[in-house]
Amino acid sequence: MGSKRTTIYVCMGTSCDARKSRRLQEAFSRALKDKGLHDEIDVSATSCLGYCDEGPNILIEPENLMYHNLNEEDVPFFIEEHFIKGNRLENYILAPGNGELKIPDMTDINFFKHQRLVVLRNRGRLEPDSIDEYIAMDGYAALSKVLEEYTPESIIVEIIDSGLRGRGGAGFPTGRKWQICRNAPGNEKYIVCNADEGDPGAFMDRSILESDPHAVIEGMIIGARAIGANQGFVYIRDEYPLAVQRIKKAIQQAEDYGLLGDHILGSDFSFTLKIVRGAGAFVCGEETALLASIEGKVGRPRQRPPFPVIKGLWRKPTNINNVETWANVPHIIRNGAKWFSNIGTAKSKGTKIFSLVGKVTNTGLVEVPMGITLREVIFDIGAGIPGDKKFKAVQIGGPSGGCLPDKMLDIPIDYDQLVQAGAMMGSGGLIVMDETTCMVDLAKYFTKFLYEESCGKCWSCREGLRRMLEILTKITEGKAKEEDLDTLRDLAEMTKYASMCGLGQTAANPVLSTLKYFEKEYILHVRYKRCPAKVCKALINFYVIPERCTGCMRCVAACPTGAITGPRSEPHNIDQSKCIKCRACYEICKFNAIEDVIVDAIVIK
Amino acid sequence: MEATQLEQIVLENGASRNGIIAMLQEIQSRENYLSEDNLSYLSDRLDIPLIDLYGIASFYKSFSMTPVGDNIIHVCLGTACHVRGAEPILEEIERKLDIKAGETTPDNKFTLKTVNCLGACALGPIVLINGRYFGNTSMQKVTDILQQYGYIAEVAPETT
Repeated sequence: MGSKRTTIYVCMGTSCDARKSRRLQEAFSRALKDKGLHDEIDVSATSCLGYCDEGPNILIEPENLMYHNLNEEDVPFFIEEHFIKGNRLENYILAPGNGELKIPDMTDINFFKHQRLVVLRNRGRLEPDSIDEYIAMDGYAALSKVLEEYTPESIIVEIIDSGLRGRGGAGFPTGRKWQICRNAPGNEKYIVCNADEGDPGAFMDRSILESDPHAVIEGMIIGARAIGANQGFVYIRDEYPLAVQRIKKAIQQAEDYGLLGDHILGSDFSFTLKIVRGAGAFVCGEETALLASIEGKVGRPRQRPPFPVIKGLWRKPTNINNVETWANVPHIIRNGAKWFSNIGTAKSKGTKIFSLVGKVTNTGLVEVPMGITLREVIFDIGAGIPGDKKFKAVQIGGPSGGCLPDKMLDIPIDYDQLVQAGAMMGSGGLIVMDETTCMVDLAKYFTKFLYEESCGKCWSCREGLRRMLEILTKITEGKAKEEDLDTLRDLAEMTKYASMCGLGQTAANPVLSTLKYFEKEYILHVRYKRCPAKVCKALINFYVIPERCTGCMRCVAACPTGAITGPRSEPHNIDQSKCIKCRACYEICKFNAIEDVIVDAIVIK
Repeated sequence: MEATQLEQIVLENGASRNGIIAMLQEIQSRENYLSEDNLSYLSDRLDIPLIDLYGIASFYKSFSMTPVGDNIIHVCLGTACHVRGAEPILEEIERKLDIKAGETTPDNKFTLKTVNCLGACALGPIVLINGRYFGNTSMQKVTDILQQYGYIAEVAPETT
């Protein structure tokens, strides 16, 4: 937050950071000083702007202009043009898919226009390492309100009335969970923030912790007050070094300000918060496994009941919520349950953050009201599929979720509707796939993932996944028979019903949902030994179509094994004995001259 | 690792079973692997059977019980990277270094690992080397990236 006439906010999320945004910020500071503008223009590090695809991103306020793709070398020129001459540099202005408005305001950009920010309200305008900025944005106001005006019971009533449901997967009503934990027998209670965001393709929890760590801390203190806990844990994935660093610093700052520790804000309430780093086990996202891990044990789930709210950490009542759930709490307290419950659908209130990734034009983090359709998210916000490819499916809910085809895109995003469709909300990964993604290969990918991550305790999950993986491998290698599909279905159902924890119970979803919506693709693999997406290596052979090949040599240079030969300007040739089917030529060819020629001839009715 | 250093790690993490994962993480981050000697020390010091420590060290993916190379390559195989073609990149690195994922080159220069998701999906496919992110990688970029860490490419066969 700057105090001068203009502020340049430089995004410091993991994606922009990886694209050297820190050096960009330094270059701005240097260049402003050189030009004598440093008294008028501020440069500030800021939280993730969400438009990760185009980073490093910068936001200029008060004009509300976004620039992207700037290098440090461009900075002096940029300052000269933008700030001294007053020219807006069109090449760097972020204007995705919007030809009419040459110089769009941030709110004109489709990617931002359709979003509704609650949890991410501070995005792009807050220096995440500064507790003072958080406080200036009404931070910790909800905590002080709670300590002065609320009893623990009335906090719980407020959360129940808001309709908030857990953002980590199953969607259990948060207020109800708190109430059960509060009423559980025992004086010693714990709360936990589940930041073990294990779903591949999901990064909203990372981004919240990196961008607005104090919102999570504030939510947890309020929750602890309501439940009657004096000790909390943030269990965070070790693969997120920046998030670990930011939350650590934020906890330290909150302690220094008397917001954590003994007698918070002069009240009789005391609460301390500790960080526990995960060690790379997906199953630890399951709550009982997570608790075992905090206790220093192997992270294997255990039978429920008793649920952790009755018997959790060290057999004491323990309330676990995920990052996004905790981060919603201060907003509900500050604005009231009614305000919150006005957003969303009848049974799913508020907003949900999704990480929109894969084969989609605008990749990034989006916060949308519940009830918006998947089509709006993918096509209005995400601007559809890049290139001239067609949409095929969206994978929602992580490895335990499901793949939904085009005809399901008009269902509103809502916990119950998604489950009905064969997917689930999960933590909020939305992975878009186009026609070059093979659904059998994808089912195999998730099954392999879950097979490797299964803790091995339940026979049904351990062996069920192994056998499913064997069949899927056979299918992708063209060795399967049609009856194998029935066995696959049986195994999937068995795994679902016979496993103990959430991982096992949902482990068959990728197989079941692809079988449900993409059965034709399985049949093409099994009956005709073809892979229409040209992914399954055993089923494809790449050929050059001479009529289309211009002899540009691009594929020759791209081929890692030297299988493609041919003089310039003449049709090339692929030596099948050397070809490893890596698709490098297929993807690099601009003339669609590389084809698996037979596939287009098969039509399944 | 010296006993005094180990003792310091033990004390910093509460000298109890609850801190065992944090202790192992600290040792792992300093030495890049967990040696039998170090595990034995913790076993004696905290009165935890060595088999339990082995169970923990082998269960969690962050831990390695064999020494790793000078440069650690992580290829992200998260879903977003997968649909953007992460496997061919992994295979290309495997071919170039002549090792499989999980192995170390004989000259001890590179260890190749895979990771489930780095959460920077907009950059996919991602290769992470010694903590540095290489985003939007492709098979064509693999040699270039590896060369920055001392990989010497074989001379490419001439094409006609």
